[in-house]
Amino acid sequence: MTQIEGTFNRLANPSRYIALAGLVLPWLAGATILLFLAGLYLAFFVAPEDYQQGHTVKIMFIHVPFAWIAMMGYMVIAVASIGSLVWRHPMADVAAKTAAPIGACFTFLALVTGSLWGKPMWGTYWVWDARLTSVLLLLFLYLGLMALWQAIDEPSRAGRAAAILALVGSVNIPVIKFSVDWWNTLHQPTSVMRVDGPAIHPSILIPLLVMATAFTCLFFVLHFTAMRTEILRRRVQVLRLTQVDAAGRRTGAHT
Amino acid sequence: MSFLPSLGQHAGFIWAAYGVATLVLGALIWWIHFDARRQRQLLADLEAMGIRRRSARNAASKSATGGKAQSP
Repeated sequence: MTQIEGTFNRLANPSRYIALAGLVLPWLAGATILLFLAGLYLAFFVAPEDYQQGHTVKIMFIHVPFAWIAMMGYMVIAVASIGSLVWRHPMADVAAKTAAPIGACFTFLALVTGSLWGKPMWGTYWVWDARLTSVLLLLFLYLGLMALWQAIDEPSRAGRAAAILALVGSVNIPVIKFSVDWWNTLHQPTSVMRVDGPAIHPSILIPLLVMATAFTCLFFVLHFTAMRTEILRRRVQVLRLTQVDAAGRRTGAHT
Repeated sequence: MSFLPSLGQHAGFIWAAYGVATLVLGALIWWIHFDARRQRQLLADLEAMGIRRRSARNAASKSATGGKAQSP
């Protein structure tokens, strides 16, 4: 346990993190591009039409990954929030803060692409059912976290307040996941992550999984980059305070 | 356009979904890249003015004195 904590602490050192991100990011970005090329080729030139939905099934190749990553992004924030509240580690704050705008974009895209899929299939862009409403609530949670970070200047105070909100809001994640089982909805039930295995034919499932992996890699490329930038932003703030402090001391010495 | 597959009567919805996704993700990638460049530049400018973090100053003085410098 101590060894795991030691490894975690070493990785959570901001300077070590920046060095490690510099090594990992080019490879992860390269893998992301290759996965997108493969996924888009499979989605548009290999995957057949669905027997019920026709060509609109192609929207699934982006809509489902957006929805998965919208939830995954929030789980990243929830886990980081535990790190922030329990260990008071600034890197946990950095991870939580930087995941919010990325998760918000993926949630927004899940809602928009879902609407654009819903209109030809259900005959409507929107219904106030449990799945759609709980995902909209997720978007508001992301926006609320971003607003909270902006509203409080002192990073550690902002981190604690945002961590509490994030953990309270995490109750929405199982609601999103199980909403199609608990309530009547136009939304189709779970068809990939099922106890009895996926209900989708491999010719459509494989492009979906490749696209989901590509979007997951993209999420982490953006998140790791944004975390590195946030560390630099905090260093800039410290240096500016040092600059103001030094200028104040010089002025005091002259008077 | 001939290399693109025919997407039937709902092609507009499919292209709109992929178009919005490209626009939003493109904007997100640009913003994160721009923000990273801006913060790197700000940090470089401050360091060029001789303003350094305490740990960076300690490391610099340590290497200058052959590792004999003490932390304040």
